[in-house]
Amino acid sequence: MAQEWPLWEVFIRGQHGMSHRHVGSLHAPDADRAIKNARDVYTRRNEGVSIWVVEAAQIAASNPTEKGPMFDPAKDKVYRHPTFYDIPDDAGKM
Amino acid sequence: MYAQMIKSEATQDDPEKLAAFQARIDRGEKIEPKDWMPEGYRKTLIRQIGQHAHSEIVGQLPEGNWITRAPSLERKVNLLAKVQDEAGHGLYLYCAAETLGVSRDALTEMLLDGRMKYSSIFNYPTLTWADMGAVGWLVDGAAIMNQVPLQRTSYGPYARAMVRICKEESFHQRQGYHLLLKMMAGTDDQKRMCQDALNRFWYPALMMFGPSDKDSVHSAQSMAWKIKMNTNDELRQKFVDETVPQAEYLGLTVPDDGLVWNDARGHYDFTQPDWSEFYNVLQGNGPCNAERMAARRKAWDDGAWVRDAMLAHGQKKAARRKAAE
Repeated sequence: MAQEWPLWEVFIRGQHGMSHRHVGSLHAPDADRAIKNARDVYTRRNEGVSIWVVEAAQIAASNPTEKGPMFDPAKDKVYRHPTFYDIPDDAGKM
Repeated sequence: MYAQMIKSEATQDDPEKLAAFQARIDRGEKIEPKDWMPEGYRKTLIRQIGQHAHSEIVGQLPEGNWITRAPSLERKVNLLAKVQDEAGHGLYLYCAAETLGVSRDALTEMLLDGRMKYSSIFNYPTLTWADMGAVGWLVDGAAIMNQVPLQRTSYGPYARAMVRICKEESFHQRQGYHLLLKMMAGTDDQKRMCQDALNRFWYPALMMFGPSDKDSVHSAQSMAWKIKMNTNDELRQKFVDETVPQAEYLGLTVPDDGLVWNDARGHYDFTQPDWSEFYNVLQGNGPCNAERMAARRKAWDDGAWVRDAMLAHGQKKAARRKAAE
């Protein structure tokens, strides 16, 4: 079997000033082609104003089996949310 | 459906892990590519998503047949856009399948050597322009019935691909119905063409949902895993209930003498398709099986030098860039 084109992850920024967002992946022989292919595959209906592509092999990801140690410590820190603090209504809008 | 007769694979994993996995699905959690999953779940999904992807790609052929002969520039750009969408849908789905550890090329080779299938519907010919209307209205209509619930399927990448596909698919059905509406306002010959198209596509469209699965163990496993969301019979009934009034509005007659509204059930009663025809088409003996596979093989073989050349060019550019750093 011939060698396959590398896999690229595609990130697109929509119309309204949001961050680039992962939309999917595709195969392409190089970065230029990946951007052109991404335009045809992921922005056929005007979904984007900017495209990033990155070779999938270059992405480092957190390990799903370590989801607990990684994310659990944030769970019991409710004081990081504004609703943790009771402020009397009389103090006005805050 | 676009994925028909998918057998779920037996699973020989640790019962404790299996139970934990099932509990995640029952809680409505999405399974993601690097998560632990039973081998049977992985293999069944590869087969199902792969078949769905192949169907999108092969599904371009019956409509591609009419692009150069569309009756107006407007209809031509509509059809081009639809066929381009099908290519895109195939690509979303191949990407989803690849996250399960199978390569794109391996999937294509499995289609070409007959280990994987595509939907039976694409083995029927598109003989007249009215068929472009019937395909959009009925074939895409049937596909939507199946794909809308699959947006909630348990496998994250598959569900996300389905969300994108469903967003785009509604235009496919509407352009087909719109085309038929126009033709039904035309000459007697045009009306006859529309009726003929419905006559030929009605039962093949009903077959898309696959045979009744009330006795199938495979189907029960797939439903427990939430990779199949409704039974084939449920979806077929829903399709008939929605489509019959649409046919009436067009002024067309559904080619089924047994079709009658059943007040007690709140559904239409209808005649089942000829399932021996379905199995025969699935085994490769439909009117266009050989033609479709020949077209796929030719595209794959003739494109090989292009894929190789583009890869070589990309690698050369990357090497130059590295040397310049």
